[in-house]
Amino acid sequence: MCLAVPMELVEKSEFRGVARLGGVSRDVNLMLVPEAGVGDYVIIHAGCAISVLSREEAQRTLDLLGEIEGIGDLGGKPA
Amino acid sequence: MKYLSEFRDGALAKKVADAIHAESKTPLRIMEFCGGHTITLVKYGIPQMLPEQIEMISGPGCPVCVTTKKEIDAAIEIARRPDAVLASFGDMIRVPGTRESLQQAKSKGANVAVVYSPDDAVKLALEQPAKKVVFFAVGFETTAPVTAAAISYARAAKADNFFIYSAHKTTPAILAALLDGEVRLDAFICPGHVTTITGADIYKPLTGAGKPCIVSGFEPVDILRSVLMIVRQANRGVAETEIEYTRVATWAGNAHAQKLLADIFEPCDAVWRGIGPVPMSGLTCKGAYARYNAAREFGISFDGDEKETPGCICGSILRGMKKPADCKLFRRACNPENPIGACMVSDEGTCSVYYRFGGSHAEAAHAKV
Repeated sequence: MCLAVPMELVEKSEFRGVARLGGVSRDVNLMLVPEAGVGDYVIIHAGCAISVLSREEAQRTLDLLGEIEGIGDLGGKPA
Repeated sequence: MKYLSEFRDGALAKKVADAIHAESKTPLRIMEFCGGHTITLVKYGIPQMLPEQIEMISGPGCPVCVTTKKEIDAAIEIARRPDAVLASFGDMIRVPGTRESLQQAKSKGANVAVVYSPDDAVKLALEQPAKKVVFFAVGFETTAPVTAAAISYARAAKADNFFIYSAHKTTPAILAALLDGEVRLDAFICPGHVTTITGADIYKPLTGAGKPCIVSGFEPVDILRSVLMIVRQANRGVAETEIEYTRVATWAGNAHAQKLLADIFEPCDAVWRGIGPVPMSGLTCKGAYARYNAAREFGISFDGDEKETPGCICGSILRGMKKPADCKLFRRACNPENPIGACMVSDEGTCSVYYRFGGSHAEAAHAKV
């Protein structure tokens, strides 16, 4: 029910936009993420963007996972 | 798919699972609250990748499952009115009410339209000005702001024939109720998309009670990493909220969504199927927005609790006290084609997930107590 997927925002006009995932495009409501811009990955739930995905955080997570050797910090809390 | 496939990488998942095995020191009972997490766990066989002493327990986190039969009956009552159209998410269509589901009512002529988004229900209202279009609003904090955005859209577009029938539920009240259960839970994997809206402070009652809380993403690597973070907290003897899903969820949550929720809705008492009444765990249109409330428009009264079918143990499963395999009806009288209890009615319900993805080996692994 709370399923939501990252889609790339390819068009934006105020509170509406078009987002793309693979070959699928759909109209999305941007009322909850006015800061989203074209090129951003937005998290789409029931036709509405609920968040902008942070590429930096996604990369940081993958970097941290790459370093796991059974020791070290996994991050998650702000410093 | 960008930002999905990287978190489904089998080698990376194994690496995190190996770290869990290396670092796990004490027995842990971890509840995953969210039905989306339950699906990932069972589909990818995560319980079998974990050490014997770590037990995963599914929680009540599926809004479709906890929608009461009487709420479905009310939606059917609206759909049967000649002047109304009931617009619903697809996952509510097959859920049985007291006597029938929306799908069965539709086959007998009730006006039911399946929509992907509440915005589509507003568009339907604009296309059919002679009808009252009622959106059956179901979901937790992830979905409630999307309904609020649709009401805001309806107001701007002057769609005065648009209404919602709200079965929305909120999570903090139910999280506190889980602490009072008969089952000792040591830690929680918390819903990533609910937290995206609410922020991570809502888990303070749980961390205050000594339970580590990890806000997790939905891919297998996310969930394994969350388990590792719990193991590390347990080893350090602390109980804190941490966000694993940092690429999407934040500490503050979505301020725009929070404001929209506060402007349009106010808390009300609600009944959870399989659990019963939970004070102030529902949402209803407030103030000037009360005109969008279909219950008020059609004079639908809501009278509380309901009995489950004899033999059904969904109430205990929703609270994490029992597993699907403990139920005499599971896989026999109760299955996805003929759901008897709350946990079988939705694709994200614990029993439905175990029925479809579990297999007997997963049920056995999940049933190790």
